[in-house]
Amino acid sequence: MTRSARIIAGIVAVVLVAAVAAAFAIVWRPAFATIDPPAPQTFDAALVKKGRDLAAIGNCNDCHTVRGAKNFAGGLPVPTPFGTIFSSNITPDAETGIGRWSEAAFQRAMRSGVNREGQHLYPTFPYDHFTNVSDEDDRALYAFLMTRQPVRAPARENQLSFPFNQRFAIAGWKLLFLRHDTYQPDPRQSAEWNRGAYLVEGLAHCGACHTPRNALGAERNSAQFAGGDVDNWHAYALNDQSHSPVPWTADALFAYLREGFHPDHGTARGPMAEVVSNLSSVPSSDVRAIAVYMAGVSGTPAADRKGQDEMALAQGKTAARDNAAGASIYAAACASCHENGRPLPYGGINLGRSTAISSPDPRNLANIVLSGVRAVEGERSPIMPGFAASMNDEQATALLNYLRARFSNQPAWTGVDKTVQDARRTQTVFLQTSPGPRNAPADPMQRDKP
Amino acid sequence: MMTLKVNGREHQVNAEADTPLLYVLREDIKLNAAKFGCGLGQCGACTVIVDGKAVLSCVTPMVLLEGKQVTTLEGLGTIAEPAPIQRAFMEEQAAQCGYCIAGMMMRAQALLQRNSKPTDEQIRAELEPHLCRCGTHMRILRAVHRAARLMDTADASSPASRSAR
Repeated sequence: MTRSARIIAGIVAVVLVAAVAAAFAIVWRPAFATIDPPAPQTFDAALVKKGRDLAAIGNCNDCHTVRGAKNFAGGLPVPTPFGTIFSSNITPDAETGIGRWSEAAFQRAMRSGVNREGQHLYPTFPYDHFTNVSDEDDRALYAFLMTRQPVRAPARENQLSFPFNQRFAIAGWKLLFLRHDTYQPDPRQSAEWNRGAYLVEGLAHCGACHTPRNALGAERNSAQFAGGDVDNWHAYALNDQSHSPVPWTADALFAYLREGFHPDHGTARGPMAEVVSNLSSVPSSDVRAIAVYMAGVSGTPAADRKGQDEMALAQGKTAARDNAAGASIYAAACASCHENGRPLPYGGINLGRSTAISSPDPRNLANIVLSGVRAVEGERSPIMPGFAASMNDEQATALLNYLRARFSNQPAWTGVDKTVQDARRTQTVFLQTSPGPRNAPADPMQRDKP
Repeated sequence: MMTLKVNGREHQVNAEADTPLLYVLREDIKLNAAKFGCGLGQCGACTVIVDGKAVLSCVTPMVLLEGKQVTTLEGLGTIAEPAPIQRAFMEEQAAQCGYCIAGMMMRAQALLQRNSKPTDEQIRAELEPHLCRCGTHMRILRAVHRAARLMDTADASSPASRSAR
């Protein structure tokens, strides 16, 4: 080897070692020492109560609970474009939960998506938002979770393809997309607005569903709140691109988030039903703050959106009825509730005000027509019968096209037949696994028996 | 005029496309087991079976029934020869006023046809769309379990109940 070749080889070796060291620094995280699960009475009761409200705002139970199983014991399959990820057990069980996690380990998971053992967590756990949660609130959440009933429930294996099944890849994702301290109070705004911003951008992680994601599954900051996907539902745009026929106001948002419905907007259902169910139990000042902040996000509606619902309603009266099947189904199956004048939530919304029908994505309407709104067990709640058993795909498609033509001033949807087929398949899965006010169908293993 | 297949028989009925099935069953064909409760698909009293699935007949327009097979409670059994589901409800005395019971039995029948041994939880979930204000819920639960056992024994399956399958 010549001298210059030796020098080049030396430089290459140094660069390689540096690269390996840098990669190691990015990927490797130390494990936190295990602790003996602390006794529940060692936590301050007021702190636990505060953590309870925060956990409700964070909607933790929605992902970390599977239908028919114990709260926070995990196991919910979360569909993503990269495969299925199962939520983890966050009860204080020593072996299968977080019972041996110290508070520092818990806070590191919230801040930077690393578990106690030092493994990177998939960003289905929305630590890209939780990085904004204050130390004090993390402490309260830890106190709340560590005082729950421990449940033995081993984690289920994620179903991901290569390279997404390699946890070191998450370190690269974080390098690209994880921003710390993105929330800063805005001194020009009110304390209420700032409280709302802190909750929405942090623990409540509204953008996790309502902001579209890029090819690598990160929220697109340039399109914040422009509408996204969750569990085969469309999470509506909440910014100035909202398709709600009646523009949202802070008062309407407050009522909707608190009570689960609003006369101008209808009833929360699908994944949002669980969110409002949680928000109905937290201090109203926090829900008000969220509403005030989100009203700012939706901004002042464009002039052409004002009165859009009146136009849609007027159009409804004169709509050409060239879709005879859709019109007949509407008259018998829908109008009896949606035109009977009973107030929400026990009467149906005037469909001229339905965001589902004005939305560019027909999935929510297909989901709701086929599966309905199930009653919450043991309490008063809005209900709507599902029509999956009485309509075939062609008939449901005719109805959806009719509703779109009659009750929105938007162009016709394309591919509604495909949407209906998908909705029939995916909603069966959603209803089986999702927690919340829904009923699972009979065990599908038994379906084929006489 | 359209043809409606009910309990194995074809009926020629003069009904509009948007007429609810319940009205045709009760007024045209004079089958009165399915009841008018709320007319909104919210109480379950009008439930019948269409092609093996429980359907709320008050919100099911005739246009959806072309070529389909409707089964009402009358199609399951008779007074002389009650079907297992009917026997079970009688033996458990699961009716008080009875207005909701025909609908309950039809949805329970549809459940048992696809799941011969449902759990308590599955029965509760399945019958959730049905309201009963007399409060016989616990007896109804027992009756569905009893019907499952009756259907399991060959002698209890009446010819009428088999025809609904």
